[in-house]
Amino acid sequence: MLDDFLWRAALAGIAVVLASGPLGCFVVWRRMAYFGDATAHAAILGVALSLGFSISVFIGVLITALAMAFMILSFSGRVFTVDTLLGVAAHGGLALGLVAVTFIPGVRVDLSAYLFGDILAVGRDDLFIISGGCAVILVALWLRWERLLLLTLNSDLAAARGIDPRRENMILTVMLAVLVAVAIKIVGALLITAMLIIPAAAARAISRTPEWMAVLAVAVGLLAVLAGLFGSFYWDMPTGPSIVTAATAIFAVASLASLSRIKFRH
Amino acid sequence: MRWVSGESLVVSLIQAQRLGVRIGARQILRDVDLSVRKREIVTVVGPNGSGKTTLLRVLIGAQSPSKGAVVREAGLRVGYVPQRLAIDQAMPLTVARWLALSGTKDREKHLQIAEQVGISSLLKQQMSSLSGGEFQRALLAEALLVKPDLLVLDEPTQGLDQPAVASFYQLIEDVRDDLGCAVLMVSHDLHVVMRSSDHVICLNGHVCCQGPPTSVSAAPEYQALFGFDTKGALALYRHEHDHRHDHVEGSGSDAG
Repeated sequence: MLDDFLWRAALAGIAVVLASGPLGCFVVWRRMAYFGDATAHAAILGVALSLGFSISVFIGVLITALAMAFMILSFSGRVFTVDTLLGVAAHGGLALGLVAVTFIPGVRVDLSAYLFGDILAVGRDDLFIISGGCAVILVALWLRWERLLLLTLNSDLAAARGIDPRRENMILTVMLAVLVAVAIKIVGALLITAMLIIPAAAARAISRTPEWMAVLAVAVGLLAVLAGLFGSFYWDMPTGPSIVTAATAIFAVASLASLSRIKFRH
Repeated sequence: MRWVSGESLVVSLIQAQRLGVRIGARQILRDVDLSVRKREIVTVVGPNGSGKTTLLRVLIGAQSPSKGAVVREAGLRVGYVPQRLAIDQAMPLTVARWLALSGTKDREKHLQIAEQVGISSLLKQQMSSLSGGEFQRALLAEALLVKPDLLVLDEPTQGLDQPAVASFYQLIEDVRDDLGCAVLMVSHDLHVVMRSSDHVICLNGHVCCQGPPTSVSAAPEYQALFGFDTKGALALYRHEHDHRHDHVEGSGSDAG
């Protein structure tokens, strides 16, 4: 089964969505969209470095994503507002990565697979790394779910329960960096944040508790990934954009459905 | 600092010892001593910017003091009701799910506490759809489900009208009697506080005076702080007016 590239693609997509669904909920609840962008865009620099030093792309991306995330965490609120700082980091990181790639000697690198994703090119080893990374995120989220929810609602409330807000924030940041590293092959650096936010936002319209929102976000993500895979295979569409287009369509339908429900209730 | 009446130090649940907090260039608290004993209702009053919220945040461990120490009884369970809890529209949260965040999974217990604070009919509602009073009661219910030894409330009646304020404080007294927990709260509702507290601490960066309500309300420091002439209730909201309170007590050498 793993010899078939279609199966590999589908499994990799499913793995990513299982992690990005619940993690995306936190990105939405904590308004970390721009933070996600900065981390994901830094990944392109990670790709350039990996190719330059011929190390694994996963490792390179993970390191730069982590470096970017912690740099933002430690600088934010000092001289510039978080918003400004994230704007600089997100776009600066992307530009720097694109420039750095042109200096890599030897083969000319086609970046589009890293910018937009190429789910059909997921290899056996890729699949293992992707599933491993996603499993780590899922287990961590499972174990820390209540703490992270409390912290998201109110950090003083969390502190009163003996939860260390800084530690939990750091763990959340590491999870985000791991997701960026494993998802870059599937949806590409430019659209990783979309994959975090759109399914969660679609799920918000139709859920009553945080847990339902996480589960429904996974469901929306699954539909989107399969639609994207289909589009890539039959019409040769770029994977990331077709997955995100499908997710956006589901978001639109879910929002309209919940709007009309509110209308009927009155 | 001046003790209004003689007090002996019995075993405390939580104790602040010569606390000082400095944030940036601002000295927010200095030389604050405070202790809360079992079943006691302690209320902190003081003008805006007097460091009340900071004091609570240090006591619950959300802010570390720059001087002094907080001593807690081993294994102390704290139920906390924050001054503001903005539940983002992005997070769906029913009242029932909110109560479960206390860590108590027992549904019976949820129902019992919800009944007690008067929100049992709202369990399926979204937190964001509650009125101000209902929301405060939901916050209190969650704090109670933590099975606290100490309940910490930061201006729990903010935004409530007068009858709601009175019934909220009655509720807190009832809860204290039922659960046997101590209560530490910050309040603006001076007249109600004076009725339902065992011990009042008058704070303005430092402890101006403290003691039982009757002696505190008679203390010149307290009257100066709130601009009372009579025992009239409505000195509230005069807090913004800057008061002159320049006499420096103690060694006051904690700057730096």
